[in-house]
Amino acid sequence: MITTAGLTKVYRSRGRDLTALDGVDLHVREGEVFGVVGQSGAGKSTLIRCVNLLERPTSGTVTVAGQELTALAGRGKRTSRELRSARSRIGMVFQHFNLLSSRTVQGNVELPLEILGADGKERSRRAGELLDLVGLADKAKAYPAQLSGGQKQRVGIARALAGDPQVLLSDEATSALDPETTRSILQLLRDLNRRLGLTVLLITHEMDVIKTVCDSAALMKEGRIVESGTVPELLATPGSELAHELFPIGEVPSSDGRTIVDLTFHGEAAAQPVISRLARTYNVDVSILGAAIETVAGLQVGRMRIELPGRFEDNVVPIGFLREQGLQVDVAGPEAAPAPRQPAVEPPHLAHAVKETAK
Amino acid sequence: MTWDEMRPLLTQACSETFQMVGWSALIAVAAGLPIGVLLVLTDRGGLLQNPPVNKVLGAVVNIGRSLPFLILMVALMTFTRWVVGTTIGVEAAVVPLSIGALPFFARLVETSVRGVDHGLVEAVQSMGGSTWTIVRKVLVPEALPSVISGVTTTVIALLGYSAMAGSVGAGGLGDLAIRYGYQRFETGLMNVTVLVLVVVVTAVQLLGDLAARAVDKRGRGSTSGPRLRLLRTPARATAATSSSATASSATETS
Ligand SMILES: Nc1ncnc2c1ncn2[C@@H]1O[C@H](COP(=O)(O)OP(=O)(O)OP(=O)(O)O)[C@@H](O)[C@H]1O
Ligand SMILES: [Mg+2]
Repeated sequence: MITTAGLTKVYRSRGRDLTALDGVDLHVREGEVFGVVGQSGAGKSTLIRCVNLLERPTSGTVTVAGQELTALAGRGKRTSRELRSARSRIGMVFQHFNLLSSRTVQGNVELPLEILGADGKERSRRAGELLDLVGLADKAKAYPAQLSGGQKQRVGIARALAGDPQVLLSDEATSALDPETTRSILQLLRDLNRRLGLTVLLITHEMDVIKTVCDSAALMKEGRIVESGTVPELLATPGSELAHELFPIGEVPSSDGRTIVDLTFHGEAAAQPVISRLARTYNVDVSILGAAIETVAGLQVGRMRIELPGRFEDNVVPIGFLREQGLQVDVAGPEAAPAPRQPAVEPPHLAHAVKETAK
Repeated sequence: MTWDEMRPLLTQACSETFQMVGWSALIAVAAGLPIGVLLVLTDRGGLLQNPPVNKVLGAVVNIGRSLPFLILMVALMTFTRWVVGTTIGVEAAVVPLSIGALPFFARLVETSVRGVDHGLVEAVQSMGGSTWTIVRKVLVPEALPSVISGVTTTVIALLGYSAMAGSVGAGGLGDLAIRYGYQRFETGLMNVTVLVLVVVVTAVQLLGDLAARAVDKRGRGSTSGPRLRLLRTPARATAATSSSATASSATETS
């Protein structure tokens, strides 16, 4: 539904070039919720703004719903009519809502319809429907200043949907909201995705957002996409940073003469008493260092970090046994695995940042 | 000079002042608004970025603003005669007044429009809005409270200029004060004229503030609704009472 190929954006300022996007190939399938995470300055906003060409990419192409937008853009700086008409079919939601303070809630939702040239009756009918959809029918006559942050974002979403888009872009739509409100907005996005078949591309700082609503995710670093895939795929990828972020069980402790193993299990495997069988069969003392079970993208997924006595070479057989049980096994530790991964986004720090913006 | 003698003079002068200021404000606002918006649009990074146009426009506005009004008025005499066929009277005064106020107001509009959050512009761009749509539906409506304050300031500045324009034969309150108060030592009439000017300026400021607040929906919610309604219904009454209050305090000080 959304495809970018070799998307590059270079900002030139005072002779210095800053590469904000460096050959991004993104592929968002029809009907999915796709999340992009990454550190501040990774180029997430630049990427999403390039999708509807609010930002002109330096090179590369953007295709939305089969239409190559970069070809519509025209040569000069002016926005062509074709591009404007294509934009009206892509909804966008903003972190700071960007509602017109001079218009009522209804007036704000009607604005895209005015641009599309709908007549007055049609506009107010459609605005009524949309406000119903986001649960704000009673606020139609209020001004944005009279709404809470969550309500403003609902208006923002209703407005983004007014042009009947197939695609919704959302740049940190929940970053200015408290956790409770964030949940309700995410729920709404998920609902819209299911009910309207809306394809959603969202940018976020919060792993929780990915966990709650996304079918697929990508991790950005320094203008590049370094990991990308459906959430189950990512979880099944050994050494995936995103999977690790989705399931933080802490740092890998130093393990002299012991072997640390991270197990990830989904569905069936979760139900089996794997660990006790392991202990019995091989007569090893298994210590559990940490564990988490969560629902990700509607799937029950668990992760456990265990410690086996002896070095990796001594534990090849028990580890083979674990693999046979259908578990994904990552051997952490100095010899066997790559160096401890640096989390892309530090979870505790993140939680802190969220609290701050909520104030 | 008795009150009965003063009254017809004052009425006449007031009507002249209101005509001069009214017409020139109307022209300055009508022309200054698009120029102010254009100054923002053609600026670097603007929607219609165009450095040459922006430079020229900015220079013209700056020249207009840097000339003292009296000089502008004299300098424009030929132009004035060409436009209205005369260089004396209310009509002739309107020409330099509007030209003097126009760049002043255009700059105020520019500042107001720059104050509009760029995020709103982007939001409308993302809906497929054209530049014209953005001007009409975002920039002007969102800047309106601030633009109205600019109109108020311009009208008050025009009241000041009109006193000078009046002295070249357009009449008005300023002319009255100079002719009678300064040249004939009619201190009583001069004081009354000053008082009337104070009242007019206060009333303009008050009405301007009310209008700006009435269109400003940015205020935090529930309080703005009732408070505005309270102020709006008896607007004329409130204006009248507070200007008489100002008037009485002005009498005390004078
Ligand atoms: N208009 C601009 N001019 C110059 N540089 C820019 C511009 N916009 C963004 N950048 C630079 O591009 C890089 C990527 O910025 P971007 O806003 O896409 O990051 P981000 O991933 O969205 O960060 P955050 O999570 O903080 O929102 C940054 O280094 C930023 O400084
Ligand atoms: Mg950003």
